[in-house]
Amino acid sequence: MADLSTSFLGISSPNPFWLASAPPTDKEYNVQRAFEAGWGGVVWKTLGEDPPIVNVNGPRYGAIHGPDRRLIGLNNIELITDRALDTNLEEIARVKRNWPDRAMIVSLMVPCEEAPWQKILALVEQTGADGVELNFGCPHGMSERGMGSAVGQVPEYIEMVARWCKEHSKLPVIVKLTPNITDIRYPARAAKKGGADAVSLINTVSSIMSIDLDNFAPTPTIDGKGSHGGYCGPAVKPIALNMVAEIARDPETVGIPMSGIGGITTWRDAAEFIALGCGTVQVCTAAMTYGFKVVKEMASGLSDWMDEKGYASIEDFRGRAAPNVTDWQYLNLNYVTKARIDQDKCISCGRCHIACEDTSHQAITNMVDGVRKFEVIDEECVGCNLCVNVCPVEDCITMERIAAYDPRTKKPIPDEYGNWTAHPNNPMAVEKQQFAPEPATMPDAAE
Amino acid sequence: MTNSAPRQPDIRPGRLSEEALGQGFSDLHPALEPHEALVEADRCYFCYDAPCMQACPTAIDIPLFIREIQAHNPKGAAKTILSANILGGMCARVCPTETLCEEVCVRETAEGQPVKIGMLQRFATDVLMEAGTHPFQRAAPTGQRIAVVGAGPAGLSAAHRLAMKGHDVTIFEAREKPGGLNEYGIAAYKATEDFAQREVEFLLKIGGITIETKKALGHDIHLAELRKEYDAVFLGLGLAGVNALGAEGETASGAHDAVAWIADLRQTRDLSELPVGRRVVVIGGGMTAIDAGVQAKALGAEEVTIAYRRGREAMNASAYEQEVAATRGVHLRFNLQPKRILAENGHVMGIELERTVSQDGKLTLTGEIVTIEADQVFKAIGQSFVADGTSEEAASISLEKGRIKVDAARRTSLEGVWAGGDCVVGGEDLTVVAVEDGKIAAEDIHATLMAATKVAAE
Ligand SMILES: Cc1cc2nc3c(=O)[nH]c(=O)nc-3n(C[C@H](O)[C@H](O)[C@H](O)COP(=O)(O)OP(=O)(O)OC[C@H]3O[C@@H](n4cnc5c(N)ncnc54)[C@H](O)[C@@H]3O)c2cc1C
Ligand SMILES: Cc1cc2nc3c(=O)[nH]c(=O)nc-3n(C[C@H](O)[C@H](O)[C@H](O)COP(=O)(O)O)c2cc1C
Ligand code: SF4
Ligand code: SF4
Ligand code: SF4
Repeated sequence: MADLSTSFLGISSPNPFWLASAPPTDKEYNVQRAFEAGWGGVVWKTLGEDPPIVNVNGPRYGAIHGPDRRLIGLNNIELITDRALDTNLEEIARVKRNWPDRAMIVSLMVPCEEAPWQKILALVEQTGADGVELNFGCPHGMSERGMGSAVGQVPEYIEMVARWCKEHSKLPVIVKLTPNITDIRYPARAAKKGGADAVSLINTVSSIMSIDLDNFAPTPTIDGKGSHGGYCGPAVKPIALNMVAEIARDPETVGIPMSGIGGITTWRDAAEFIALGCGTVQVCTAAMTYGFKVVKEMASGLSDWMDEKGYASIEDFRGRAAPNVTDWQYLNLNYVTKARIDQDKCISCGRCHIACEDTSHQAITNMVDGVRKFEVIDEECVGCNLCVNVCPVEDCITMERIAAYDPRTKKPIPDEYGNWTAHPNNPMAVEKQQFAPEPATMPDAAE
Repeated sequence: MTNSAPRQPDIRPGRLSEEALGQGFSDLHPALEPHEALVEADRCYFCYDAPCMQACPTAIDIPLFIREIQAHNPKGAAKTILSANILGGMCARVCPTETLCEEVCVRETAEGQPVKIGMLQRFATDVLMEAGTHPFQRAAPTGQRIAVVGAGPAGLSAAHRLAMKGHDVTIFEAREKPGGLNEYGIAAYKATEDFAQREVEFLLKIGGITIETKKALGHDIHLAELRKEYDAVFLGLGLAGVNALGAEGETASGAHDAVAWIADLRQTRDLSELPVGRRVVVIGGGMTAIDAGVQAKALGAEEVTIAYRRGREAMNASAYEQEVAATRGVHLRFNLQPKRILAENGHVMGIELERTVSQDGKLTLTGEIVTIEADQVFKAIGQSFVADGTSEEAASISLEKGRIKVDAARRTSLEGVWAGGDCVVGGEDLTVVAVEDGKIAAEDIHATLMAATKVAAE
């Protein structure tokens, strides 16, 4: 059986599945149940200064649903913990004592001045917690007060606060990044410069879930008004993966330990974050939707997949996908594919046809010799993969690489790799084709 | 025992408790709850050139209306449905979807579970009808007057479309109530809560339609007069006759025509007052046979047997209908041809049948006789068109296989007279087909009248 245990910044946990800082980790009762269910660690709900903040007393969540009301995206306008600092610290200490093998990270958010950070770090250290996470990500409410994403959007502040934390505490420091920024590499670089030990990402994406068309207000609506919130859940995973990949391959941040967050719902999502280099993953929405038991599926799924692939430990596959993330300009333009429809699997819904016909390349028939039939016209197919994505039957349409001759362009296909950098249509083409820089490699975990 | 008293037929009302009766006659498929409808709507793939739509005789844009349900616009969905089929509410309840739209749904192909198109159609039309508004408006009056004979699905469909186009329509109906077989024939558990009448009321809200009941063509009104007085005539007469059985003993009391018996049943307010035999035999293999059998059972008959002269595969009733009958305790027997109704003292005591074999599509009698004891025998062996009312002009209106001959536009051989529904040849004897006939005829009547007025104006 694969070994799922991880050591992240020297903090060990029996598996890489941590609960993200959020309601599931807001009190002892919940965290106790989470550990009983099998979670490897938690990032305690963000602590702030006393007096505690207050939350709205009306609705704080909104959601987007897929078929059968499956929750696809969740939005919230909750703030940090609304319980007294002492209460939280006491509970953190007790839980850590009772569960020494689980990771206990404490999330923090205090005003952007040195003294409050120094003060709260000292208190956290006394609990026996394993590390701290700096919440520079909350995009609503707290940001209006100059905290959360208001800090996370200014790399200089990130660097400054990270440095204070490293100066005033022995605890490992994780900086949690906000996705509400144009280029994630800048805040990540700033965290590193400030001495942070790791980054975690992403926090929630600024969002308005919907507009109530009866009273013309955003939802969730509080007495006729609404405020933007933070978006999370399965819908944000692609955004998070891209940001993780950007940090993983940026020469300035390559190798920085990462805790992956955003839409992780099954073992597969977790494995994908790990494949991009994350040492642990954090989960919020999946737990808030289905309860703590989801970790059982995550653990069994990851373990079974690792067994099948022959990976004995997480480190065996961690970061393996990062070198394969490259720039568009280095993609091989001589890699030519055509769609292939498996006629035995096809149920004749016609979606591939109409998608390609109306919006793309007119490359799929709907009638052949007077009968309803869907076939790819190689002379028209550009190999875009749209039909694959709209087909309701899994593996019914596949993309197949062709060689030698492309019936669409009516030109031979060169065998060798050829990218845009030297393409004749590129006004900036260089004489000698450029290759992607050697993928930045991660320092060995042992180092 | 030699001197036993003569056996008494056991036919009586009130065999079941009110509750049991209610159960037997409750909705065959209870309506979908809004959440169920949304979940089901999500299953539709919004197919291109959708097979379901092609299979629908009225060509309802099924993917579109399901998408409208999915987008929380059930009234818009209903409008999509009704614009193709004004009796979409009834069709949602009575169409054999398993042999129409749902049979070819790609999810039937994919996983043997079609999208529940009929149920979704009912959901949408129910929402609209409950709102009490009519979704269509009449065009400017054309001044043209049209006579429609028969207020069944064909006649109602034609009348609505013609009224919508701005014509004034008078429907002449022989019976007391409009609706045709929707009111008098369809099984009670398919159209509960007086749906047929509610639907007629809904349809009439378009305006411009007058219904004159108890006006039978050939008795109270005549085709020649209608042709003179109106700009066009549409005949939707249905099949007002029953094939003669050709077996002895047909006149015995306790031997009924299934369609007439169902009509009685449909008009009985308190079903506990309707008598039914303890042992019932239904002869036939179509939807009517199934409906008679199932409803006899629901009234409390203990043993109900449907005897069909051919094999199961030849049965007109779909596999689904057969299953409904079987699960409700109706016994289906095959290859039994009625020979003689056994009667004592003028009353049915049973039926004698002869076993048949079907070979290469041919039916041969084997000589083996089977007797089934029965208190009541229902004949459900098909209906035929009664040329009543058209007979006086029979010389000019052509029939074929005993029904009215029409062209693709539903024109009869007689100028200015269109026809549709069960009374025309080549149809399928389904409500939805009758609706489509009425619609096609109305479009053609409209086009013809408009072309004529244009010529007149020039
Ligand atoms: C028992 C039974 C069950 C059925 N179940 C189903 C089912 O589940 N699903 C389905 O799709 N189809 C079913 N059908 C078939 C369906 O009911 C018919 O196909 C449909 O009603 C035909 O419509 P129509 O308008 O042509 O005729 P009808 O519905 O028969 O209407 C004809 C109308 O014309 C009137 N009329 C007749 N003669 C005259 C006259 N001389 N003057 C004035 N008015 C006249 C009649 O009173 C009647 O109102 C069933 C039929 C029967 C008998
Ligand atoms: C209700 C709610 C409250 C949250 N509160 C915090 C918080 O206090 N501190 C924090 O760092 N992140 C907070 N988050 C963000 C989550 O920790 C996490 O980054 C985000 O939800 C993305 O992960 P997911 O897609 O698994 O939910 C909150 C999220 C939710 C839904
Ligand atoms: S791959 Fe793109 S171009 Fe080719 S058939 Fe599919 S949708 Fe059309
Ligand atoms: S989308 Fe898939 S199932 Fe539908 S017609 Fe195309 S290939 Fe067949
Ligand atoms: S065939 Fe089925 S899935 Fe396709 S449009 Fe019709 S109902 Fe929807």
